[in-house]
Amino acid sequence: MSTLATGLKGRAELGVALLLGAVGVLVFLDANGLVTPYSKSDPVGPKAVPFVVAGLLVVCAILLAINVLRGGKGEVEGGEDIDLAHPADWKTVLPLAGAFILNILLIDWAGWVISGTVLFWGSVLALGSRHYVRDGIISVALSLATFYGFYLGLGIALPAGLLEGIL
Amino acid sequence: MDVWSSLMDGFATALTPMNLLYAMIGVLLGTAVGVLPGLGPAMTVALLLPVTAALEPTSAFIMFAGIYYGGMYGGSTTSILLNTPGESSSVVTAIEGNKMAKAGRAAQALATAAIGSFIAGTIGTALLAGLAPLVVQFAVSLGAPSYFAIMILALLAVTAVLGSSRLRGFASLGLGLAIGLVGIDSVTGQRRLTFGQPMLADGLDIVVVAVAIFAVGEALWVAAHLRRSPLHIIPVGRPWMGKKDWARSWKPWLRGTAFGFPFGALPAGGAEIPTFLSYVTEKRLTKHPEEFGKGAIEGVAGPEAANNAAAAGTLTPMLALGLPTNATAAVMLAAFTSYGIQPGPQLFSSQGPLVWALIASLFIGNLLLLLINLPLAPLWAKLLQLPRPYLYAGILFFATLGAYSVNLQAFDLVILLVLGALGFMMRRFGLPVLPLILGVILGPRIEGQLRRTLQLFAGDPAGLWSEPIAVVVYIIVAIVILWPLLFKLVRRNRPVPASVVPAHPSEVLLGEDDAIQADQNSTRIHHNSHHNKEKP
Repeated sequence: MSTLATGLKGRAELGVALLLGAVGVLVFLDANGLVTPYSKSDPVGPKAVPFVVAGLLVVCAILLAINVLRGGKGEVEGGEDIDLAHPADWKTVLPLAGAFILNILLIDWAGWVISGTVLFWGSVLALGSRHYVRDGIISVALSLATFYGFYLGLGIALPAGLLEGIL
Repeated sequence: MDVWSSLMDGFATALTPMNLLYAMIGVLLGTAVGVLPGLGPAMTVALLLPVTAALEPTSAFIMFAGIYYGGMYGGSTTSILLNTPGESSSVVTAIEGNKMAKAGRAAQALATAAIGSFIAGTIGTALLAGLAPLVVQFAVSLGAPSYFAIMILALLAVTAVLGSSRLRGFASLGLGLAIGLVGIDSVTGQRRLTFGQPMLADGLDIVVVAVAIFAVGEALWVAAHLRRSPLHIIPVGRPWMGKKDWARSWKPWLRGTAFGFPFGALPAGGAEIPTFLSYVTEKRLTKHPEEFGKGAIEGVAGPEAANNAAAAGTLTPMLALGLPTNATAAVMLAAFTSYGIQPGPQLFSSQGPLVWALIASLFIGNLLLLLINLPLAPLWAKLLQLPRPYLYAGILFFATLGAYSVNLQAFDLVILLVLGALGFMMRRFGLPVLPLILGVILGPRIEGQLRRTLQLFAGDPAGLWSEPIAVVVYIIVAIVILWPLLFKLVRRNRPVPASVVPAHPSEVLLGEDDAIQADQNSTRIHHNSHHNKEKP
């Protein structure tokens, strides 16, 4: 690996330190904004623990930044289906996240059967399957099966949405 | 009531046809989901939590018992037949197990794993049944200061001992504690970290957090690095063992159990250390040292037994103290809480029949696993061939469904996506997931005990060490924290050969990460090239 590439990777992890620091500051500011009169029944109050957590986060952020600048690196997680030889494939992840977001937007309005179909079908396509018709049928079947399974088997009524009255 | 008669009552509850059916469904679901690559036992429990939500508590926990051991067993099948294990406790099983499978002895490897798991699980559950009431007797005498100390120990030990980078462990813990803070403060009614968002007032549902970090994070992470070349899966028939395999397996099973249970029961538990110890011991004691590294059955039997015994051991502090020490126990604790049941010393008196039914179903689940899974092994192996787009789309689909069905609000899905992205980032940058989950679930409990303690002692911090157990625990905490420093001092005072001294001062503290990573990368690259050769 070239020095430039390692340098870039190191810099990416600085983002983690930044996130930790930001969350730490956020926790601190939020707790600092609480107004509580001292009470004998609760000498610790609601602020103390958030302050400790904020401190922990900020200290971790600083130490992590130092660690990364000195060449430390987190251990990338492997797994059965993971091939770390190629770089992150955003062309798969972003459409996948898109399908997920579409589901969030649709679920209350269009109902689970439609949004779930969109979610599964979109995810399968994003992950590289090209059997459009077969995948579509599987998606509809899965959504219908879970809708009725949850309704009849578990007594949980998922939203029917647009298909209200038909289902 | 003594242990024996309580346990018999538990069996009476668990053995009704309906509950037996739930145990059976649990075992099948747990194994099926556990076999799927990328899904460990904790995720299995988290994903299946909504399915049990509609049941009454007893039936739900009977099903959980089956899911728990089933998920565990499924994971070992994956690591034997696929070699690249998803969870750290199966790493050791994969070393010899996959070699055995490649040498055409997959049936024997699966058999020794299944029977060893059964024996270790049964002994472990028996120890749990015997020990938990004793721990409870001890625990009822503990006050808030001791609980506070023990929970601090559990958090710090899991963060500092496990994983390769302590710093990243603490970072993950901090994030978990911050997530745990969200919501209305139970004492003063103040809203913390809700940003005026009423839906955050009740806090983040632990099921949503767990599903997000485990399932959504994993699916996104795998999607980014999906292996395009198909994995080589070793076909397998029905598991069986010859006389010689039995003779070589039974001692490792028992020794593995002896390693696994105590480590599981300790606050810093986990299955990594005992499985590794068991492997090293078997390697030293074996009469066939030449087979180690080429597929020695002892190297599968021992670690698998240790793994399952640790799983049983973990339930001891979970049930008796309300203290989860691994991710699976944390999710199960969340499940208890969602039924309004608080694990802890009072659990055995307030929910006695339920606890004993759960313990009885652990025995039953273990037996069912053995009876069902030996004949079904070829079917489970087929599950490994599920096309990956369907597998990971399915994980996202069911994760969404599970998280949504808890409260039926789309807002939970936004949280799911945000925390899923966090889980993705943690996998990318090597932040361990376990401290975060434990932080979310233990953080609010620790705060509660702290405030109770200082309330009792009218704000005097000396109250924190007013109980002897608390003092002892703080000493252990100090040792855990200071251990690397002490270690460093000892090393510094000893003359070290010049070549061993790292060139950069930071490497003393941080160098281990890189070494491990470099090692993993090289094995992985080797692994990939191997597959590429087989199937271009």
